[in-house]
This record gives sequence, C-alpha cells and structure tokens, in this order.
Amino acid sequence: MLKFAHLLRGIMGKSCFHCGIEFENESFVVDQKDFCCIGCKTVYEILSEHELHSYYDIEKNPGISPLQFVGKFDYLDNKDISDQLLEFDENGIQIVNLFIPNIHCSSCIWVLEQANKLNLHIKDAQVTFPKKTVRLVYNSSSLSLKELVVLLASIGYPPKINLENKNTEKQVTDRSLLYKIGVAGFSFGNVMLLSFPEYFEVSEFWLDQYKPVFRWLMFAFSLPVVFYAASDYFISAYKSLKKGILNIDLPIALGVFVLFTRSTYEIIAHTGQGFFDSLTGLLFFLLVGRYFQQKTYAFLSFERSYKSYFPIGVTVIKDGMEENIQVKDVKKGDRILIRNEEIIPVDSILMKGNAEIDYSFVTGESNPIHKALGDKIYAGGKQKDQPIEIQAIRSVSQSYLTQLWSKDSMKNQEKSQDFALTNKISKYFTLVILIVAFSTLGFWLWWDPGYAAYVFSAVLIIACPCALALAEPFTLGNLLRIYGKRGFYLKNGQVINRMAEISSIIFDKTGTITANDQSKIHYHGMELNTHEQALLKSTLRGSNHPLSRQLYNMLRSQNILTMDDFKETAGKGIEATFEKDTIKVGSASFLNHKAATKVENTSVHISTNNNYKGKFVLQNMYREGVFELFKNLSKHYEIAILSGDNAQEEENLTKRSPSGTKMFFNQKPEDKYNYIKDHQKEGSKMLMIGDGLNDAGALKESHVGIAVSENVNVFSPACDAILDASKLKDLDKYLRLSKMGVHIIHLSFVISFLYNVIGLSFAVTGNLSPVVAAILMPLSSISIVAFTTLSTYYVSRKLT
Amino acid sequence: MSVIYILISLSIVIAVVFFTAFIIAVKNGQFDDSHTPAIRILFDSESKQKQTNKYNKSKNK
Repeated sequence: MLKFAHLLRGIMGKSCFHCGIEFENESFVVDQKDFCCIGCKTVYEILSEHELHSYYDIEKNPGISPLQFVGKFDYLDNKDISDQLLEFDENGIQIVNLFIPNIHCSSCIWVLEQANKLNLHIKDAQVTFPKKTVRLVYNSSSLSLKELVVLLASIGYPPKINLENKNTEKQVTDRSLLYKIGVAGFSFGNVMLLSFPEYFEVSEFWLDQYKPVFRWLMFAFSLPVVFYAASDYFISAYKSLKKGILNIDLPIALGVFVLFTRSTYEIIAHTGQGFFDSLTGLLFFLLVGRYFQQKTYAFLSFERSYKSYFPIGVTVIKDGMEENIQVKDVKKGDRILIRNEEIIPVDSILMKGNAEIDYSFVTGESNPIHKALGDKIYAGGKQKDQPIEIQAIRSVSQSYLTQLWSKDSMKNQEKSQDFALTNKISKYFTLVILIVAFSTLGFWLWWDPGYAAYVFSAVLIIACPCALALAEPFTLGNLLRIYGKRGFYLKNGQVINRMAEISSIIFDKTGTITANDQSKIHYHGMELNTHEQALLKSTLRGSNHPLSRQLYNMLRSQNILTMDDFKETAGKGIEATFEKDTIKVGSASFLNHKAATKVENTSVHISTNNNYKGKFVLQNMYREGVFELFKNLSKHYEIAILSGDNAQEEENLTKRSPSGTKMFFNQKPEDKYNYIKDHQKEGSKMLMIGDGLNDAGALKESHVGIAVSENVNVFSPACDAILDASKLKDLDKYLRLSKMGVHIIHLSFVISFLYNVIGLSFAVTGNLSPVVAAILMPLSSISIVAFTTLSTYYVSRKLT
Repeated sequence: MSVIYILISLSIVIAVVFFTAFIIAVKNGQFDDSHTPAIRILFDSESKQKQTNKYNKSKNK
C-alpha cells in the first residue's frame, strides 16, 4: 500500500474572519478580510452595511457559516403553520418566539437584539440565552414570518422549527418553588429573631412580660411555612402512603406535623417556646436543596421523537403548482418536492431527479446512497443533491421509521425520577424511628407517664431526616453541574445512580465511535504524477457528488485546468477530457475494473487514458481516544459494538479493540433494541451509547442511554444523557465519577445517622430543649451540604 | 403602649417590604434568565462608549 500523504491536505492556511474556519481554497476578500465562502462574506456585508461591525469586536470569529436555505422556509407561508407558531397576532403586530440553536456567544445576543437595525419593521428582539430563543416583535403588514425567518437565516441564525416546538405551546414557567423558598426564608429569619431571647432561659421581668407576644408571632410566621411551603411534602407523603411505599417525604411530613402540633400545644399551655425556629429553618434548607438539584438544561431536549427531526411542512406539487402543506397532511399519492439537505418525510418512490440519500441518521451507514428513478426511498433520509420529486406511498405515521415509535415499548414506562437510594434507606429509617419512638413511649409511660407524650414527640422531631433528605439532591445536583461543565448533559440526577450500576456497555459504530464528517483517505495503486493530480483535482471540482467534494477537499491544491469535455453519470462516475488526456473517476464498474475486494468498501477508482491507476479508499475516522477508552472500560465492563453498517471494518476493529469485545454488524434498529432487551432480561444493566434515530429504541430500552452528538443543540434522539462527541474519550472517568458520587451519598447517610444518634440520645432521655434542637438540626443540614459539595468537587478534580 | 410593639411591628413591616419585593421580582421573571441580562448590560455601555469616542475624535479634529 502506498500512502499518498503528499497528496493530502498540507498545512492549513487562512482562517475565515466571520466563522473562524481554517481553509485553503481561494478566499473571498472584502475590506482586506478573508472569508471561506460566499455565505460568510454575505453575512459580513449585511452586517457592515447596517453598521453592526461591533459584532466582530465582542468575540473573535463569532459567526456561523450560513447554510443553503433557499425555499427551505416556504412552508411558513401556510397560514395554518404560521398561526401555530405565533404567540400574538393582532392589529398588524406579531410576536414569535424562535429557537435558534446557533446562539452560542455574546456576539450572537448582540446582533440578534440589534435586529431592528437590519429591518425597520422589527420592533423588538430579546434573546434568552440559556434557552437559545429569541422573541421578536414585528410589523406583520410589512414583514411576513417567512421573510423574518429568512432574514435570520441569511445572517447565519436559522431558527429550528419543528412539530415539537409547535406542540409545546406557551409554557408557563413554574416559579412556585421560588415563592416557597421566599416564604420559608422570610419566616425563618423572623422566627429566629423572635426566638432568640428565650434561648438563654433567664427569668427576667421584661422577658417574661413579652413572652406570649413573641411566641404567638412565631406561630403566625410558621403558618404559611407549614400550610404553603411544606405542602409538597404532605402531598407526596400522602401519595406514597396510599401506594403503600415508605418514601423519604413521609418522615419529613411526619416531623413537620409533630413539630407544629407540639409547638402550638406548648405555647397554648405556656410550657415552652416550641420549635418554630427549627421547623421553619428545616423547611427552608429542604426547599433550597430542591432548588439546587433542579438544574436543567433548558436548551436541550431529552424527550425528542422523530417528530422533532422531521420538517414541519413540505412542498407538494399539485397540478403543476407548488403548494406548502403541513407534514401530517401528506397523503398517499402526493407528489413532494425535496430540496438539497431536506429530510424525506414519508416512505415514497423517486419520480424525478438525482437522489443521493444520506441515511446516516437512520441506519448508521455513513455514505449517501444513490437511488434510481422508481426506487423506494424510506423516510428519514436526507437528500444531498439537486431537488428531487417523490411520490408518497404511505402516510407519515405509517412509515417504516415512524412505526418504530408507535411500538408500545417506545411509549411505556418513564424511568423513575425518585431518589432511589434515599427511598431505599428511608424504608428502614422510618421503621427504625417508629420502633424507637414507640419503645421510648412505652418506657416513659411506665417510668413517668406525665412526660411520655413530650418525649415521644421529641423523638419524632429530632429524627426528622433533613440531613438524610439533603444528601442525595445536593450530591447529584452538584455532579450534574460538574458533568455539564465537561460537556456531559444528564437529564436528571437519577441517571447518575443508574450509571453507577452499569455492568456492560454497548457502542453504536457510525457517528458514535467514528466521526460523521471526517474520513481518512488512503490511496492504493500506482503513483499519480503532477499532471494527473491536477487533472484529478480539476475533474472533481465540477462534481457535486458528496464523495467528490470530500476527495476534492482532501487533495492538495493544484493548478485548476479547464476541462475540454466533462460528463458525469449520476451515481457512477465522471469522465473528463483535457487536451489529449482522458480521466475516469468513479466506481469500479464504471471503469470496467474488476473489483477484487470481498467487502464493498467506499472507494473512488481512477483511470487515465483507460489505464487503471488505483483507488482512493475512504475510511471512517475513529474518534480520538476511543481505543484507549475501550481498554480502560474493558477492565470493569463488558463491551459490545452494534453497528448498522456492513462488516468492512470488522478486521480493523477487532485488531484495535481489547479482546472479548463483541461485535455485531448489519444491525437493524429492532435488532439493537432486542439485543438490549434480551440481555437486560437476563439481569445485566446496559449502557447504550448511540447517536442516531436507529439507536433510539435501544437508547430508550437500556438502563442508561447516552446520545453522542457533535453539536448538542441540533438533534439527538430521546435519551437519558447527551454527551459532547469530543468528550467521549472521558467516558470511563465519568462512569467512575458516578460511582464515587454514590459512595459520597452513602457516607453522608452515615454522617446523618450519627447526628440522629446524638439527637435521639437527647430526645429519649427527655432532655431535648429548643436550643439543642435549634443548634443540632441546622448544623446537621449544613454540614451535610458542605460535605457533599466539597467532596464532589474534590473527587471530580482528582478524576478529570 | 410599650415601645417594643412599635419596634417589632416596624421590623416586621420592613421584612414584609423586602418579601413583597422578592415576590414581585419572581413574578416579573427576574429569576427566569439570569444569564442574558448580565451580558446585555455590557453592550449598552459599550455602544455608548463608542459614540463618545467618536465624539471625542471629531472634537479633537
């Protein structure tokens, strides 16, 4: 084999002023600035024309190269669709909230909020960065929704519009937790102030005189805490009792109830000041803990189905007229126009045009497939060439791909969101506490009946598992944040618990352990001379086939020759002539070359003047550090690779993977799903790592499903976690961290039990004074919070 | 009436004022997005600065 390294791309040259991409081809120059493509140049010109230069001052190379979008948003002219998107539409003013995944830096916020400078009819624009949305107010009589969207797309911010954000409508943000924290904090502060004088238990005339006032004020402050802020705990405790489960909210609710009734009794009977301070403080800490672990990634969606992948509308050709309709209205027999980069929404037959369908998202096959007229095209593929016309043979919901979702298995069981560990412990905890409380009651009834009720309630108060309840949310909440900073976004904290239980790991191949866009190109055959290289490059230049483009970009720049004759046979190859020389580039059959390889590789064959020269073989590039990762993982886990691709890579993979790695090729989506299902039935806990719709079933069925994505905003199938592709190599560390997290929770449980033993020793002996409770209870909560926070940071620092 | 009643009611009134301020802030969505406004405030000052710079330059000429 002869490596054709010198043919491949050398040191990269200029970088684009707009998007920062490094490129080598001839650049577009404006104002002495280099641009990689006409799109970036246009954006620069639009911005500078409107005096929005500052865009480039805020961040370096902030732009995103605009994609082709001609005709892509035509469906917005359909009133049914646009009405569903608009938030407000009256008196010529429309308001729309658009999701723009490209929002990524402060320059983006700046330029989008200056949208009124780009078009006078835009009244106001406001960006919500965490959600990556922009809310636009505009004059609908002079600017249509489609024009607005096209304007945004032309400056590199195409909104993502799909059935999903259509369905979610106006979400009312839930702020009740913040209100509850406010109420609890307000009451806590005031009650502490009012209860302070009595801590010292001095009998003094002045203090004695005002005691009742202070006490009744504390009572008044505790009312909203018990009846409003604590309501969630009572509801949850009631629900769990009804189901016959002892969850963690039950002892909390019991504690709050006993605290409140006993304190109220004490101030009525003038026997003491009660425990209002502990009561309000406890709830304040618990609610803050809840808020802390509520961290979510608003801009990510973990519940996506095929709907969010499909366009919202398509162009249908009826009687020679183009018409935009909603995708769900597509009927069998409709003729649909599909443009470059558009998704095929429904199983159909190719009627017109040259179809190069990229099924990478459905099957995992990385290279586009050529389809001839009359061929069946399955929904979910992406057209990669000139516009085509197809005829639907099914409705959208009956297509091969969408049927995967209508299976029962895809709909059922939402994985539990409760704090599994805490609930497991709390079952025993509640039982132990009740036993201790009742045996103390029995003892005191025999020893000193007058004291029995007092001691009994004291035990229940001090046993209130606030430290226990805080340990899990704080540890998991903190780990979520740590993971998030490292490009690993989890749906919720429970995923960490499940990750710690994993016994085997299943990888998808294409797009997961290999990169989608990068391929390594090897050349096998006779060396090409400079003239032939120039010929090849010039020939490829005229072709739009994805393989040609890929190869063209890889080859070193040459003098571009203008070919005398150029003929491209769709899906087969190119034949070109320059002066006396002819060159043929394409498949083996196109060159009449007998392909000797057993397995069909993705390759481009070359011949000049009918002499076979050799072939370029495109090989998937494995992501950096993948095999290192396999090696590390194989020490603790079983590893398997399920690929939708053919077996051409088997040899290479076997050689590079640790022994014992199972490999399966030509796996259909159902095969992957069944593989996971069968093995989980046997008791193993599986971690599935995939990227495409073909993995969706497996991701959903597995114990933990992780979607790998190069751009976490764009699309990922329904999953438990989204992993930034560049961080895949750190997966073993993330898994170790999840195990450490579970250890930390266990340790916190031990600490909180120690506090409980100390507290119970006060309570059982009848010595629990309000001061002891007021010190012990917040101390245990705060020390647990401090312990979990510090130890998670320490562990994550050490591991990654 | 003892002065303690006045003091306590005063302290509660002040506390209630802050509490209502917090509730109003939550209601108006002040806590919904803590990131964007923090960036936005920097833009305004920057564009003003630019204008003054231009102004100064033209003055100097």
